[in-house]
Amino acid sequence: MMSSVLSHSPILVVLLPLLAGPLCMLFGNRTIAYFVSILASLCSFLLSVYLLSLVSDGTVLSYHLGGWAPPLGIEYRVDAANALVLVIVSVISILTLPYARKSIEGEIAEKHHTLFYACFMMCFTGLMGVTITGDAFNVFVFLEVSSLSTYVLVALGAEKDRRALSAAYDYLILGTIGATFFVIGLGLIYMATGTLNMVDLAERITSLENNRTVRSGFAFIVVGMGVKVAIFPLHRWLPGAYTYAPSAISAFLAATATKVAIYVVMRFIFLVFSTKFGFEKDTLTFIFFPLAIVAMFAASFTAVYQVNLKRLLAFSSVAQIGYMLLGISLFTVTGLSAAMVHLFNHALTKGALFFAIGAIIYRIGSPMLPNMAGLGRKMPWTSAAIVIGGLSLIGVPGTVGFVSKWVLLKAALEQNYWLVSLAIVLSSLISIVYVWKIIEQLYLQPAKSDDAITEAPLSLLIPTWILILGSVWFGVNAEFTVQVSTTAAESLFHGKFLEPATIMGLEGRP
Amino acid sequence: MTELLAPYFASPVYLFVLGALILPLLPKGELRALVTLIVPILSGYLIWNAAPGLHGITTLGGLEITMMRVDKLSTIFGLIFSLAAFLSGIYAWHVRDSVQQIATLLYAGTAIGAVFAGDLLSLFVYWEGTALASVFLIWARRTTGAYATGMRYLLIQIGSGVILIAGIALHYRASGSIAFDRLTGTGPESWDLGVWLIFMAFGVKCAFPLMHNWLQDSYPAATVTGTVTLSAFTTKMAVYCLARAFPGTEMLIYIGAVMTLFPIFFAEIENDLRRVLAYSLNNQLGFMVVGVGVGTELALNGTAAHAFCHILYKSLLFMSVGAVLFRTGTSKASELGGLYRTMPWTMVFCIVGASSISAFPLFSGFVSKSLILDAAAENQYPVVWAVLVFASAGVLSHSGIKIPYFAFFSHDSGKRPKEAPTHMLIAMGLTAFACIFIGVFPSSLYALLPYDVNYVPYTAGHILAQLQLLVFALLAFALLMRYGFFPAETRTINLDVDWTYRKLAPAFLGLVVAVVRTVWGELARGALISVQAGQTALERLYGPGGRLEQVQRTGAMVLWVAILLGAALAINLITVS
Repeated sequence: MMSSVLSHSPILVVLLPLLAGPLCMLFGNRTIAYFVSILASLCSFLLSVYLLSLVSDGTVLSYHLGGWAPPLGIEYRVDAANALVLVIVSVISILTLPYARKSIEGEIAEKHHTLFYACFMMCFTGLMGVTITGDAFNVFVFLEVSSLSTYVLVALGAEKDRRALSAAYDYLILGTIGATFFVIGLGLIYMATGTLNMVDLAERITSLENNRTVRSGFAFIVVGMGVKVAIFPLHRWLPGAYTYAPSAISAFLAATATKVAIYVVMRFIFLVFSTKFGFEKDTLTFIFFPLAIVAMFAASFTAVYQVNLKRLLAFSSVAQIGYMLLGISLFTVTGLSAAMVHLFNHALTKGALFFAIGAIIYRIGSPMLPNMAGLGRKMPWTSAAIVIGGLSLIGVPGTVGFVSKWVLLKAALEQNYWLVSLAIVLSSLISIVYVWKIIEQLYLQPAKSDDAITEAPLSLLIPTWILILGSVWFGVNAEFTVQVSTTAAESLFHGKFLEPATIMGLEGRP
Repeated sequence: MTELLAPYFASPVYLFVLGALILPLLPKGELRALVTLIVPILSGYLIWNAAPGLHGITTLGGLEITMMRVDKLSTIFGLIFSLAAFLSGIYAWHVRDSVQQIATLLYAGTAIGAVFAGDLLSLFVYWEGTALASVFLIWARRTTGAYATGMRYLLIQIGSGVILIAGIALHYRASGSIAFDRLTGTGPESWDLGVWLIFMAFGVKCAFPLMHNWLQDSYPAATVTGTVTLSAFTTKMAVYCLARAFPGTEMLIYIGAVMTLFPIFFAEIENDLRRVLAYSLNNQLGFMVVGVGVGTELALNGTAAHAFCHILYKSLLFMSVGAVLFRTGTSKASELGGLYRTMPWTMVFCIVGASSISAFPLFSGFVSKSLILDAAAENQYPVVWAVLVFASAGVLSHSGIKIPYFAFFSHDSGKRPKEAPTHMLIAMGLTAFACIFIGVFPSSLYALLPYDVNYVPYTAGHILAQLQLLVFALLAFALLMRYGFFPAETRTINLDVDWTYRKLAPAFLGLVVAVVRTVWGELARGALISVQAGQTALERLYGPGGRLEQVQRTGAMVLWVAILLGAALAINLITVS
């Protein structure tokens, strides 16, 4: 029984939250909705861990939906790379829910709480689905599922700040354009190949390097996903969305949404399109690579000048995305594994930081830095979490940030890109400035006379500290993450994903 | 779990980290101070009993990490660091500021960790650790000036760390190894950029000439007890690193010689006694650097021995001046004098320290400095030898005589402070005892040195040479003082001592100092102007209301999407063959 349930885990990780969403609405009670969501995320998480344990040695699993064999049927395909992303997304979801239960009290009207949980589950479903599916069109469907619910979630912040509405509107417009470009791209390559299954696509596309349709499709897909990733000049929706969304949603989006989008980009670049294609390398070298470097500096500088702490972290996210893109555009296994490891590490760090900021907002009701003067004494645990998270953003040894930067430096030096490695170090120096700005406010400024502020409640502190301890634990003991991401990178780069896979879920079928 | 963490417990660093974690949990008061004493004792015990060899080997992201390399070179530094931490713990018994206590523990711990690190990566971690921990000893004074000084200090220290990690990365790229071993290769011509950067990073912390300013800037700015701690670790850690990685690099001989020389002049004209000591610290480092540069067994022994003795007597001097500062609130030569009446013990200990640093026979400086001098002479560096002898005379003048003379004798300042607190006297007494003990029984120190020693410091030749030097230096000082009395009126003798002293030296040094100062000032001003210009430009682009920060219309955002799509299409379609 157990084993036959487990053998369906690829579909269950998506299906459980998908069912939980409508259930939340049907129950119509926020407490029940909360527990339903928690249960669904927990099951998804456990199943994702199970999947990761199956594929961490390099195996690839294939699951045929409804028993229909690909390429006609829809296929879910799991390898080390997307199993890692599945675990990240579900861990963050489990931590966000208990956090959200408390934090949305002051941010969202009570009648909207069930809606919040329902949308959250749909967003979660979408992200998991995008990650796990092996069908290109399915990616688009799930992408829309997660995006539409994200627009609602961001707009829910309007209770506290009306600007959430315009932020959600911007996000809606840009997100839709991105998704449209993506689906146009899919249409183009479908036209050229006649298939939508990724493995099948990859096989048929190898001979079509000089096909104009395929090339245009590639451009559309990369730019469309680039909007979701928030590649530098396409990042404009991100600061607004992160700033005005409810705190729990800022943390969830920062830790998962862009990460999943980056994963999709990796998958299309390295798996669907062949790494042997010259035009692909050109796109990376002439578009992604310079934009990544510009993002590392421009977004960091902008972060330095922010007084709204959520906005500051949002710009810092754009800069960190730059590091991941840099890793991808190096076009080597080490570069790719640097991107993968940073994807994981940054999810921990940024999630923790947004959680901690949310805890401060919960107490003082404002995300503005000057209002946080002297909070170091009143909210010692929250402030300490911000300090450690900040150190990780900078890349101080002993935190995950260091591990990422180290691998990235290694990847850049492997190619003899001295200037690039110098740029990595220099841009890290800028992050010292904005992190220091926060620390200075928290610890070195005299406190405002308002003494009523106390430490944040435990339900906010515990998720924060789990992520903080995670970023220290994986910073000291980097063996696991580096190993998994190297396997993942190799799987992506050498196309292991495309090799014949172990088929799951055949038990109990006629 | 235990297997994963076991390597990190090989190095005694964990004791200090544990101590720092436990300390805030204890009630305020003597229990906390006790922690700062017990931890160094335990660490010293562990180091004394550690079996030679490599311990705590683990891998981190495919790189081999060695937490604990025990050999004679690392052991002697580990022991003296533990001893110094213990002594400064006693000296700081009265301190109730847990920030300082924790910072001291972590500072000593990371310095010890660095000494035992067997690979460059963990060295880097400890390298930054010392920087971060020690800055709190400066900030602990809690004045605006101390804050600014601390920031400058931190900037340079972290900067040296950045240079170090860049060097390590390049070196790893070139050689595939992060082992912390000899990096000399076949001499500086064969060094790649990575090795040069590592060398520079060591140089910054070791206060090489022109990279030294942070030392005189920051050490005198720390708290009374903080300065004592600061003087022991950072620079000696750098000396250790040089001795480990660059022994026998000839360039170091000349760098060291310059280091022994130039601080003398600055020390002579300096009024703040703690700054005088900071300059003399620079000069003493020069001796060690020369020893590393010569690189023979005798010379490396000399470096290790000198570092050992130097930590003791320099701490002793900082402690005694610190005690004066603690009681009178000033360490300026012009405001002190005549304190021997009420602080006799402090005076005695100060003289012991002064005698040690001046290398009087039967004091510790004598048995260590002669090793380096002989090594220089033996290896045919007559000019360097002469410079070192001259520098020794200079040490005598500015540290050996100036410090005790202006603090405790000289004109009567009218100050009648109480004797230093008992725990400070105990700390100074123990340190003074160690200085004399090593001076009388040098074999006890020699047994700890990295290489076998068959060296007899107490030969007629050594003693005579040193005494001649000392006598003549004393004579010179006496003449100077005598000569200084003449131009002034007798009735203002007491004031004149200071005045003449500060006038005579600048007479031939003022010009040099002025030129150096002007050049530095101009360079700094130029840098400042360009930084400000850059900042304005940055602010215009990124600042509030700047081009990148403005909230844009949705249409403008979409335009970017279109531009990027155009670019991507262009690149992809142009290359169709």
